Amino acid sequence: MSSASRPPGEPGLLLRAVLALLLLAAAAGVALALVAGQVAPGLSGAVAAALPDSGASNPVTAVLLNFRGYDTLLEMAVLTAAVVGVWSLGPAPRIRETEPSPVLLGMNSVLIPLAPLICAYLLWAGSSRPGGAFQAGAVLAAAGVLFIISGRRPAVHLPAAPMSWGIVAGLGVFLAVALAVMPGGRELLEYPRGLAGALILLVETAATVSIALILAGLFIGGRPEDEP
Amino acid sequence: MNPGLLFDAVLVTVLLWVAWAALASRDLFRGIVLFIAFGLVLSMGWVRLGAPDVALAEAAIGAGIAGALLLATWARLPGKTEERPGDDLEGQERDHEQR
Repeated sequence: MSSASRPPGEPGLLLRAVLALLLLAAAAGVALALVAGQVAPGLSGAVAAALPDSGASNPVTAVLLNFRGYDTLLEMAVLTAAVVGVWSLGPAPRIRETEPSPVLLGMNSVLIPLAPLICAYLLWAGSSRPGGAFQAGAVLAAAGVLFIISGRRPAVHLPAAPMSWGIVAGLGVFLAVALAVMPGGRELLEYPRGLAGALILLVETAATVSIALILAGLFIGGRPEDEP
Repeated sequence: MNPGLLFDAVLVTVLLWVAWAALASRDLFRGIVLFIAFGLVLSMGWVRLGAPDVALAEAAIGAGIAGALLLATWARLPGKTEERPGDDLEGQERDHEQR
């Protein structure tokens, strides 16, 4: 193809060739490093050694909620700030004005009752098996998204608290726990032995609710009408 | 041939192919759907690498929520007709002529 017939905005042949060469070189470099390089031992040994004291038998949960709890605390802060940013853009636009299709409603009646069950399992399993607050919250958020696109409201009568309370609950509980363990000469987030498991479950439960509300709130794409 | 290795080879091939198809798609909606499919195939890859935690997160967040957010954004893009800002209509026409 000559450059004259090329549509505007599309890169030329030379630029494409240079980019392709650069990408190939980068890919070859990564492959070479993987094949020839020494793989560092990592921290799996240290994690396994400290696992009995962590309050969780799943090493991923132990790292996320105990050894590197500070990172997860800040991640919750980032998620909360993201919703604050979206809400500041303005009120949520109306998503659906037409009647939802029967297929969607039928699928909802099967999937939505299952979501809290899967959510609770993932949350509980997180201490010993793959699972945890983020996955559990995402499953609950998916049920929320299904409600939103069907234009229906949950038939259960939840206590009428503002959504913003639920959104900050995860960060709030995490911060409260992080600070509450400090008396007695402990560092921030240094859970007392014996209590670590219960505290992690408390933090994860609050985080699950908040993550579900945050992800569903991001999907709404603005401040809900009944929120101040 | 080792069946595990065969499965991995198919997985890598499908992963690269779906990734390319999602990036090269002329139709934005098609690209988003391919991105969701990419997330699901990638979560299978994480399972094969022995990281079920990452696989769960990838399926729930990478494919599920990110896909829903992309679709919600797509539905809100301006344009009354079938045409949307991200679509390459000229490219689609050219593809059509070549067939």
